Amino acid sequence: MRIGAMILRILRQFIHDKRTMALMFIAPLIVLSLMSLVFSGKEYHPNIGVVSQASSLSTAMEKLGAKVLIYNTEPLATQALDNRDIDALITLKETIPQVLIEGSDPSINKSVQLLLEKSMNQVSTTQVQFKPEISFLHGSLDMAVIDRFGPIMIGVFIFFFVFLIAGISFLRERTTGTLERLLSTPIKRWEIVIGYVGGFGIFTLIQALLISFFSIKVLGIMMVGNFGYVLLITILLSMTALTLGMLLSAFASNELQMMQFIPLIIVPQIFLSGLLPLNTLPLWLQKIGYVMPIYYGADAMIDVMIRGKGWSHISTDLYILLLFSLIFSTLNILALRKHRTM
Amino acid sequence: MINNDDQCVISVQHVNKEYGNKQVLHDISLNVFKAEIFGILGPSGSGKTTLVKILIGMEQRSSGDVYILGTLMPKLNMLQQIGYMAQSDALYTELTALENLEFFASLYGVRGQHRSQRIQEVMELVNLKEHLYKQVGQYSGGMKRRLSLAISLLHEPALLILDEPTVGIDPILRQSIWRELRSLTAKGTTIVLTTHVMDEAEKCDRLGMIRDGELLAVDSPQALIDATQSSTLEEAFIHYGGIRS
Repeated sequence: MRIGAMILRILRQFIHDKRTMALMFIAPLIVLSLMSLVFSGKEYHPNIGVVSQASSLSTAMEKLGAKVLIYNTEPLATQALDNRDIDALITLKETIPQVLIEGSDPSINKSVQLLLEKSMNQVSTTQVQFKPEISFLHGSLDMAVIDRFGPIMIGVFIFFFVFLIAGISFLRERTTGTLERLLSTPIKRWEIVIGYVGGFGIFTLIQALLISFFSIKVLGIMMVGNFGYVLLITILLSMTALTLGMLLSAFASNELQMMQFIPLIIVPQIFLSGLLPLNTLPLWLQKIGYVMPIYYGADAMIDVMIRGKGWSHISTDLYILLLFSLIFSTLNILALRKHRTM
Repeated sequence: MINNDDQCVISVQHVNKEYGNKQVLHDISLNVFKAEIFGILGPSGSGKTTLVKILIGMEQRSSGDVYILGTLMPKLNMLQQIGYMAQSDALYTELTALENLEFFASLYGVRGQHRSQRIQEVMELVNLKEHLYKQVGQYSGGMKRRLSLAISLLHEPALLILDEPTVGIDPILRQSIWRELRSLTAKGTTIVLTTHVMDEAEKCDRLGMIRDGELLAVDSPQALIDATQSSTLEEAFIHYGGIRS
């Protein structure tokens, strides 16, 4: 009897909270369909670059589905490799093929090697056996998957925790009435937002230091770039997470509803962050990645940690993150108008 | 109506408030004078909180004007002269009382030596001095209410707006808070408070009776009782409410 009453009450609570209900039913579907798209992605066909003319090896590769691009000079080709227009560059030194792999993504490295093996088999039936020499522009053959995932996951974790904690603490300001009290003082709306950014910024700095240091020094994740840039990227990423969390907390009426943003805001970003090769995804899904802050954070992190790049390569990503933070901050200031117009 | 008279601290002129189709305040006009305790008496849901929030600009009015100390509200720098205590205690429970006080004092620009002095004064006033270093989460409901009041007094505002200030406070302490409110008015502070308790309303200098968003009558408690030939304020309230319906 009492259990029946309990069950009824819980069902009624769900019916009243349509959002939670929708989340329980619909969010898993969204996440699962995303996963199916990502994991059952088509086979990746690498882009291969050759200088001046195609070789028998590159022709064999083309037959196997690879896209072969011909460059006039070697510096041009190397530049294309560095820009990731091509995944590997094949040059001939005497008759021995030299394969230079870009190397920052282990899964692409593997598909290049597989392609090389297959095409070698085809070529060697007609010609004498020769062994290509493989080298890497970035990374190496023994680069582990974690070396690739590490930089992305650092960004993901920082974004995730800052988003949630900032969102919940701002939500609590609203629900406990302290926001109202704040707004009954002569504080300006932008001062509240900047105050939050400042306060959390200090904590974020410590968090970024700790996570980055732990990943690099303790977990031994590959790191060839400048640690200062890693900190800069993580701080900008967390500023974005903070301002977005604050903004979305306005659309949640309790902590539970704040948690419901995780599958909607965080999980899709993880999938589209570059953790898995994006080139095999449908184009519309790749485009969605362009509006996701973690995508830019992850891109910059990989540039610094695996490719050892400097400011000129990551500046665009950082400006975009900064732009995200500025837009979200402005929206926050505007959203506070709901509580006080001045 | 006069609004530049310096004796008139608040002037509310034909204020209406609608939420969607629902009208929650109907053509409210009233004046609050310097150094008086003005009570807004009404049952819950009558529009008291909406009215006080409109006074300080936390809520937008649909039409009408509100002047505080002759200035058309809402105006940000007028908030420096207003102390506001909401119905919810609005305290950071993870902080200590002192940390809460220091935070809000800083927002009002009360700093340094003066700040420590004011914190001591207001905490003495609400009888919480020995709990200054305690985390607010460990406070009882009444203690939180008193701390909340203390915070609204920190910057010595000329106008104090209190939304249900004595809910959950025991009778002895309630008496001492009223004594304190009286001594504040003696120093020239104007106080507006909302209440749904009749005996508390009786202690106000003047009362505005509000029901379903309509201001029924404004006068001193005794005058309201006399005018309706009632023996209690409750009867007077019923009388005014009854005429309308």
